[in-house]
This record gives sequence, C-alpha cells and structure tokens, in this order.
Amino acid sequence: MSSHAATATIDHHHDPTTATGIPNKKLLMWAFLASDCMFFGTLISTHLIYRLHPPAGGLDPKVIFSPELTSFSTFILLMSSLMMALAVTAIQKGNVKSCRWSLLTTIFFGLIFLGCQVYEFNHFVHEKHMTISNSLLGTTFYTLTGTHGCHVAIGVLWLTLMYVRSFKPAAGSTQRTWFSHQLLHAVALLGGLLLVLKVTLGLVHALQIEPAFGAALGHFLKAEFLALAGVLVALGACVWFSRPRGPVDFNVTHAIDVESMGLYWHFVDIVWIVIFTVVYLLEYL
Amino acid sequence: MDASAKTAYLTKEELAPAKPKLLSHPSAKTGLMGWLTTVDHKKIGFLYGFFALIFFLVGGFEALLIRTQLMVPNNDVLTAQQYNTLFTMHGTTMIFLAVMPLSSAFFNFIMPLQIGARDVAFPRLNAFSLWTFVAGAIILNIGWFLPTATHGAPDGGWFGYAPLTSKQFIPKHSIDYWVMGIQLLGVASIAASLNFIVTIINLRAPGMTMMRLPVFVWMTLITSFLIILSFPAITIALVELMMDRNFQTSFFEVSGGGMPILWQHLFWVFGHPEVYILILPAMGIISEILPTFARKPLFGYPIVVFSGACIGFLGFAVWSHHMFTTGLGTVATAAFSLATMAIAVPTGVKIFNWIGTLWGGHIVMRTPMLFALGFVWMFMMGGMSGIMHAAAPADSQQQDSYFVIAHFHYVLIGGSIFALLAGLHYWFPLMFGRKVSEFWGKLSFWVIFVGFNVTFFPMHFLGLNGMPRRTFTYDPNLGWNTANFIATMGSYVLGVGMFIYFAVLTYTFFKGERVKKDYWDGRTLEWSIDNPPPEYNFRVIPTVHARDGWWYEKHHRAEIEKEKSAHAQAEEEHGGIHMPFGSIWPFVTSVGLLVGAVGITYFDSDWSPGIHAKLGVSLVGGGIMFIGIYFWSLEGNEGYHLHLDQDGRPIADEPHAKH
Repeated sequence: MSSHAATATIDHHHDPTTATGIPNKKLLMWAFLASDCMFFGTLISTHLIYRLHPPAGGLDPKVIFSPELTSFSTFILLMSSLMMALAVTAIQKGNVKSCRWSLLTTIFFGLIFLGCQVYEFNHFVHEKHMTISNSLLGTTFYTLTGTHGCHVAIGVLWLTLMYVRSFKPAAGSTQRTWFSHQLLHAVALLGGLLLVLKVTLGLVHALQIEPAFGAALGHFLKAEFLALAGVLVALGACVWFSRPRGPVDFNVTHAIDVESMGLYWHFVDIVWIVIFTVVYLLEYL
Repeated sequence: MDASAKTAYLTKEELAPAKPKLLSHPSAKTGLMGWLTTVDHKKIGFLYGFFALIFFLVGGFEALLIRTQLMVPNNDVLTAQQYNTLFTMHGTTMIFLAVMPLSSAFFNFIMPLQIGARDVAFPRLNAFSLWTFVAGAIILNIGWFLPTATHGAPDGGWFGYAPLTSKQFIPKHSIDYWVMGIQLLGVASIAASLNFIVTIINLRAPGMTMMRLPVFVWMTLITSFLIILSFPAITIALVELMMDRNFQTSFFEVSGGGMPILWQHLFWVFGHPEVYILILPAMGIISEILPTFARKPLFGYPIVVFSGACIGFLGFAVWSHHMFTTGLGTVATAAFSLATMAIAVPTGVKIFNWIGTLWGGHIVMRTPMLFALGFVWMFMMGGMSGIMHAAAPADSQQQDSYFVIAHFHYVLIGGSIFALLAGLHYWFPLMFGRKVSEFWGKLSFWVIFVGFNVTFFPMHFLGLNGMPRRTFTYDPNLGWNTANFIATMGSYVLGVGMFIYFAVLTYTFFKGERVKKDYWDGRTLEWSIDNPPPEYNFRVIPTVHARDGWWYEKHHRAEIEKEKSAHAQAEEEHGGIHMPFGSIWPFVTSVGLLVGAVGITYFDSDWSPGIHAKLGVSLVGGGIMFIGIYFWSLEGNEGYHLHLDQDGRPIADEPHAKH
C-alpha cells in the first residue's frame, strides 16, 4: 500500500489489494449499516405497532408535535449531508483545507440538529407533559428519536475527531508534542461545541421567559456568562491549534476514512427521513 | 514486555521518530502481554475455544444438576428458585458462551487458512470481539458470586418472556445481568461477524472464486450475515426491557398499554435465526469432514451452498412457529406453518448430499468421521421431530413439553455439539501438531453417543405423556418416573463421555504424538501449511486452481512449485510478508465496556440511592472505552515486513507504514 501513497492518482472506487476491488473499510461500513438498518427497523416497528394499538386515553401526537421545528431540523440535517459529501470529494482530490471546512460545517449542522432535539424533548416534557414513562407514545417516541439522536451525536464526535486528526504532522516531523496537541485540540473543540449548544439553548430559553428583548439579553448574559467565556477560550484554543505547522499526515490516502464516515452520516440522515415520515408526517395524513 | 521472550526478529521500538511512548506498538509475542495484545487470528481462535470449552463444562455441570433434581419424583436436591436459575443459565451459557464462541473459534482459526489469507481483514477488531465476548460472559455469570436475595444469577429463562422479567415479578438485579451480558455478547458477535464478512469477500487468495470456497467458509459467511441481521432485534428488545425496568417505560407493561406479546415477536425474530447461527457452522464442519474421510469430493457442492443460503433466508420467516399457542390467528399460523415445513426442504437436501458424498466412497473410520456420521444420524432425528412441530395442531400439544426439549437437544447436541467435537478432532493435528489417540477418541465418541441417546430419547415419551418444561419436580403418580430415571442415568453417562473426551484432548495438547503436516491427506488449503501454523500462515499466498485447492496442488507439484517461487520472489521485491502489529487498545476498549455495563446493571427503578456511584462507574467505563477507541485509531495500522529463509524461519523485519 505504501507504494500507492506516493502516486498522485488514486482510484477511489477500486482497491487492487482486495479480491473484489472494494476497500475493506467501505465493505465493513456497508455491512454495519445493513445491521444498523435492523436496529432502527425494530425500533420503528415498535413505534408503529403501538400506533396501531394505542392504549385508551393515550396522548394525541398532533397536539404534541410541532412540525415546523422538526421540518427545520430535518432540512439542516439534509444540508449537513451535502457538506459531508463535499468533504469526501475534497479529500479525494487532496484538498485538505476544503475538506476541513466542509467537516466543520457538517459538525455545525449536526449540532444544530441535536440542539433542536434537546429543545424539542425539553418542550415536550415541560410544556406538553409527555414524558417517557407517562404514556406509551412517550415511551416509543423518546426511545426511537433518542436512539437516532445518539447516532447523530456519535457522528458529530467522529467528525470532530477526524477534523482534529487532519492536523497530525507527517511522518518524520520533529513535532514531539503532536500527540498532546491532538488530545487538547479534540477536548477544546468538543468542549467548545457543547458550550455553544448550551449557550444557544440558554438564549432561546431567555427569549421565551422574558418578552422584552433587552431584558432577555440581560437575563441571558447573566445566566450564561461563564459559558460564553468558555466558548471564547475553547474556540480561541481551536484556532491556535489549527495554525499551519508544516506538512500533515492527512491526504488522498485517507479519503477512504472520510468516505466511510460519510456513509455512516448519510445513513443516519436517511434514517431520520424515515422517522420524520412515519413518526411525524404520518400523523397529519 | 519480557525481553527474553521476544523472538529475535521482533526488536522494533519506535516507528516514526515523533511517536509517543503511549502509542508504541507492543512487541511481546508470549506471556500475558503477548496474549492480551495479540491480533493473530489463530491465537484469538484458540482463546475463543479455550473460554468456550470452560463454559461448555460449566453449562454441562448445570445440566447434570438439573437432571439430578429430576431423577426421582418430589426430589429436593434443588429448590424451585435454584432450578429456575440453573435452567436459565444452562440455556444461556450453552448457546451464547459455548456453541457460538466454539463456532467462532473455528471461524477465526480455520476460515482465513481455508481462503489463503494471512489474517482477518481487521485484526484489532477481532481482538476486540474476543475480549468483549469475555466481558459479556463475566457479566452473565457475575450473579453467582453475589447475594441471591438482591442479585443472583439470571433466573428468567433464556427467552426472558415478558412480563416475567419486569421489576414487578423479578425486582432483583439477576435480570439486569442477563440483559447487559447478552448486550455485550451481541456487540462481540456483530463485530466479529462484520470482520468475517469482509474477510471472506475481500481477502480470498487469487483464483479462490466464491464457488471455490470450502463449504465451511460459505457457512461462516451465511452465519455472519444471520448474526448481523438478527442480533439487532434482540439488542433493541433488551434496550426496551432495560428502559421498562429502569425508566418506567411501558414497552411490555400491560398497565401502561404495552403488549407482552411484542417481546415474544422481537425475541424470536432474533431467536429463530439464532438456531441457524448454531447449526450452520456445524453443517460446514461436516461438509469438510465427510469428503476427507470418504476420499471423494463433496457431492453436489453448489446445491449444498445454495441450500445453506436458502436456510439463511427462510430462517427469518419462521419465527412465529415458537408462538403457535399465543393465538396468532389462522392466516398467520398457516403461513408460518408452511414456511417452517419449507425450511425442512433445503435441510433435507443437505442430508442427501452428505449421503451422496459417502455413497461409493472409501470410508475411513477415524474419530472425526465417527462424530460426523453421528451428526448426520442424530441431526436427522432432531429434524424429524422438528417437522412435527411445524404442524400447528400437533405443536399445540407439544408446546412447552419435554418433546420440545428432546427435539432441540437432538439438533443442538446431536447436531451442533457433535459437529464441533468432530471439528476439534479433525483440526487438532493442524492447530497443535499432535494427534489424538484413536482408541480414546473412539471410546469417548461411543460413550457420548450412548449417553446422549439414553438421556434424550426417553424425553420424547415424557413430552407426549404430558410432562411440562421448566417444572422443578413432579408427583410420582403421573407415569413419568421410569423415563426420568433413565434420562438422568443417561446424562451421567454423557457426562463421563465428555470427561473422557476433554481429558484426552488435554492430555494430547501436552503429550500427544507429533504428526507431520496434512495428517488426514486433506483437500483444502489449511492442510497445505506446517503444523502448528506459523504466524504468517502462508510462505507464499497460494493461487487456487480448483475447488479442492490443496488436492490440486498435491497432484500438480511441478507446476505449483514454479508458480510459488515466482510469487515468492515478487512478494520479496514488494518488501516481504506484511504483518500487523499487536495492540493493547482493543483489550482496553473491552475493559471499558465491561466496567460501564457493570455500572448500568446496578441502576434501579428508584434512582436516588447510590446514584452517584452507579453513574460514576458507568461514566468511568464509558471513558475507558472512549480512550481505548481513540488511541486505537491514533496508533495507526502500520505493520512490519517479514523475510523468510529457506525453511520458513523469519530472518529480518522492518517497520513500514500502511494506510
């Protein structure tokens, strides 16, 4: 394989070292996604079975769901898939910088989706009084969408680590500290992203409890001051860690890693389209 | 770790100059670190087999206790509670900790050798599967060592029917161990199966087309697909059960609108393919042994392969025949009845292929052949009683009776276990370079064979006379006394047979007579290498010219010699034999899973007491797992190159980067 690394052109659809020409990692991911289909298939079936056999006095999903918010987060997730596809194309062409920006955008969009879900869960529990234990709808809804949310969260984590990985110095580099840099970079980025999520939800919360914008802003700044400071520190650290420091060990040969991750990300999106259809839209038929 | 234990050719310390110490590749090949960091499919296969055999003996001991309790009416060797625990753990242990990992041991050890590969596609993922299996086994059995009043070993049956497993009926943690244990075993099985699928599809030697794969490899592939497609159903069912127990959801809670029947559907959507996960590897082993000892190629190879695939497909369409008495409705019952009868067809086809293989052959009666022939006969008997269950009206009489026990022990012992025992004898000379004594091997076969039949044949009559499953004792006036006594005596004979078998195997492992390569004059590629197999498996990756690849090589020596020396030279020019480095991180990841899962088993429906400790343990476990995965990905998948001298001994090696 090392001999291929030197050559400029790599056929991303054929790996000469395997019997079929399909790269091992891609085949592994396809097989895993087949398995994951069955995970979600079981959860969605559970939801649909109980939709057909609702208990007497159960909750009406139409009163609870807010299709506007969910349509927005669905759109954002679809756009994240677009950015993921661009990231794969970029690294296949060896364009590390473009790949990094696309990865960051994918992470950002994924995070918006997760934020919407946190908001939605919070809203359903506190405003609509649907909890995981007080109704069968809550039981199946939170378990199904929560499992999907976990998949998105794992995807965001993976994307983040891949982004940080793209700064690993090339072999032969004299940067002895690259390993600790990688760890700190990952911690800073993940911490920063979580804080951004917290701050955004804090802002939404403030806007909801304080009708006047000025009062809301004041409430927000008071409640989220530390978090805001944390965001600045973490993002500053990220910028510092991502400054150019010579050749990196991230190039066309790693396209397969980004592509496998992309397959996972697209799959999680497709699952969401199914969930959006059969859990939300089906109720409005 | 141990410098003196290192072999001469493994002296690398650091790869890239800037590689941190934490990510340096372990080089120990022996000792504890050698085993914990191994990524060699043969060592991993050996460990799978080692743990599986230990749990096989544990499960067998549990069975003997069950039979002792049932020896005479109104016996009081065990309490009802102990009996529940024992039959639950006997079933769970035998299925998940004995037969599946023993099959996995053969998949690991034999399959790469049969396709002409130097390892599996993802060696470190393979190590992760092994250690996660061990973690699952620990959690499943941890309850034995904890107080029975609040913990105890799992006691809800291997099927864990709702609502028996709810907090209301089993408030103690025994069910939580069962849930988390099977979850981890599922993770291990799925990870291993993904690896096998990629290995079989992508790592075949040149010329090894799909229709030249040995049948055992085909059955490994089909079994792996069954595992990745059926385990998700049980995983989600267990998640739902866990949510019911710890978060007051109502998936299976009638009071909240849940339906316990859903559990049965989800369980058997997994549970029936699981039956084929247990038997298909056995069919593969038998399809290797019969031709070798009948001195003939396998009769109707494509038919054997396609009927195996057919069983795999239909295996997903018959689950409700476990539920005929639940009132599915006439249409569903008729459909599942038909599908169940249909699945007997490809199974029967295989039996005829095996008979066709034997027909007109020069049959060599060695120990593996005896077990294989025993398999064909006993498995067929199990299939006969199986087809009786397919008729729904008959099944409603047999449901939950000892007739069912007789049926599935004929297919699981007479089928799976006989084939696995045959496989151990068959591949022992290859794995360890020693042969098992024919006298003791054959003696163990006959004792096992007689003991098995004496134990389980009377159970057919017990079942038809109305003896129900899962009852810890019975009254003397029901007409079940004699048959139960005979069955218990038979089980002791079976126990003695197993003792002889394993005592002989252990003796042979240390002191057995050494044999040269290709001891049985085999046909498939695994016999083309020295025994025990060297770490790199093949000096030269073989080129396959025929379905029985090694047989062809043996009969075209000159042509093969020329081809091999050319390939050896080409490989040497490309840098030599590529080998993967060992790694500790898969083990660390599994330890993290174990710690996290133990934390989760301690959760309760009442969250307040000790929540910080429980949450803390779970999070620490999750953290260890994350560190394991992250370092695993950061250490990289470089390997090193091996150069061999004329006798196949390594002379030098050099690290190189691999992407």
